[in-house]
Amino acid sequence: MSVLVFAEHDNAELKSATLNAVTAAAQLGEVTVVVAGSGCGAVAEAAAKVSGVAKVLLADNEAYAHDLAENTAPLVVGLAGDYSHLVAPATTTGKNLMPRVAALLDVAQISDISAVESDDTFVRPIYAGNAMATVQSTDSVKVITVRTTSFEPAEAEGGSASVEEIAAAEAGGNSIFVGEELTESERPELTSAKIVISGGRGMQSGENFEMLDKVADTLGAAVGASRAAVDAGYVPNDYQVGQTGKVVAPDLYIAVGISGAIQHLAGMKDSKVIVAINKDEEAPIFQVADYGLCADLFDAVPALSAELDK
Amino acid sequence: MKVLVAVKRVVDFNVKVRVKPDQTGVETANVKMSMNPFDEIAVEEGIRLKEAGTAEELIAVSIGTSQSQETIRTALAMGADRGILVETDVAVEPLGIAKVLKAIIEKESPDVVIVGKQAIDDDSNQTAQMLAALMGWPQGTFVSKLSFEDGKARATREVDGGLETVLLDMPAVISVDLRLNEPRYASLPNIMKAKKKQIDTMTPDELGVDVAPRLNTLKVVEPPPRAAGVMVADVAELVDKLKNEAKVI
Repeated sequence: MSVLVFAEHDNAELKSATLNAVTAAAQLGEVTVVVAGSGCGAVAEAAAKVSGVAKVLLADNEAYAHDLAENTAPLVVGLAGDYSHLVAPATTTGKNLMPRVAALLDVAQISDISAVESDDTFVRPIYAGNAMATVQSTDSVKVITVRTTSFEPAEAEGGSASVEEIAAAEAGGNSIFVGEELTESERPELTSAKIVISGGRGMQSGENFEMLDKVADTLGAAVGASRAAVDAGYVPNDYQVGQTGKVVAPDLYIAVGISGAIQHLAGMKDSKVIVAINKDEEAPIFQVADYGLCADLFDAVPALSAELDK
Repeated sequence: MKVLVAVKRVVDFNVKVRVKPDQTGVETANVKMSMNPFDEIAVEEGIRLKEAGTAEELIAVSIGTSQSQETIRTALAMGADRGILVETDVAVEPLGIAKVLKAIIEKESPDVVIVGKQAIDDDSNQTAQMLAALMGWPQGTFVSKLSFEDGKARATREVDGGLETVLLDMPAVISVDLRLNEPRYASLPNIMKAKKKQIDTMTPDELGVDVAPRLNTLKVVEPPPRAAGVMVADVAELVDKLKNEAKVI
């Protein structure tokens, strides 16, 4: 078995989601990583150092600068003949690309796998994680996205794979990247942070999230949010944790003013330790919490800050 | 402009699903079914394009059992002009759905296809991307803002790092995210009117599409439950537990 992993990166750095995908891929066979981007040689060098990676393919071309699936899908399809499995992390990039690849190959795509049972059988969450389906693929090539929180990251150092430059496939040309507004933050990435503190509708405003920022800075945590807080405009969309937002599984998840709709629980219930702070003692979030504190968050969060600063 | 939307009948988002004892799937008998919430957003966007004069016709397609007709009626009551039901008892996977939609597109020649980014039952998030691939069209996925200018679609996408905007040639496939709009409720008069709107029914066979599944579901089980937690009296006790019991800070 040979496995091609599509690297997640921003042309400068290899993103940690790739490391989780490499771990899943290594359970299937020998791992080759393809780095498609523009001016992304450093990313390929980083990928070559990842433990468990046998080979790195570098496709360096302006057409790949912004991960437009219209351009990257033909590249991956062109490489597919040499591999039994095509794997990407289930990031927005992977989710955008891999179904396009699968359809061009006339095979199914298996989304968001949480375990590898065998080379054709995988476990994946359905119904917002309220059920786990074991599915067996009958296709010759398996196209897969990986739930990153379900696989430990591969060691970023220790490997010594070769880097081979490959030619670019023909660019689609029917879509153009216009621009992006990325949220700037010095805090750890939400999906790979050890501690996450999230706020919900109970926060009442964007300004009040500063209370969570303060706790996050003390703990070295990332800040997240429920859909209600994002829809209300308190915080940007990339904060959203849940079924259709980001899936997180930190060592510690602190839910503040979040009632705990099943769609939110889907994104955080695999966290090791869950703390819920909510003034409604009936809130469903308490059913999944290891430690529940029934209190007004406007008293509890400043008190938490003060206690942590002691 | 002609707009085609695809709508799926799913277990209502408020229902806590239960796994069947024989592990073949989840219980759907006597469970409230609704239109996939993301598809409601797709329908709403199509209606707004009509109201703005950008679109002339809005067609709602559903693929599923005869009961999917109810889902199409919901779209018609919201404001779609007519419906197409592709009737099958097979639980069609996204690849099969994309192939059926391709066959419909070849009949109807829409300028844009708008679908929900994922269905809340199988959580696949694949159909738009697969359809775009099969058509050789560009794709705008996870879209929170959409406009049309000079024969192109400008789509702002919700991505992991924030927002990204792309300009797509037409025709194009769009998959919508939560922030695009807030779907309307159908009014009673519109529900009555929708009963008279046309729904054409056909089968995948008649369209010449093979919808046989590529994946075998071997079993469906409940996720492992979390152990019961404890309530703490105050912040001091919470911090003490986190430090000394859970040892996570």
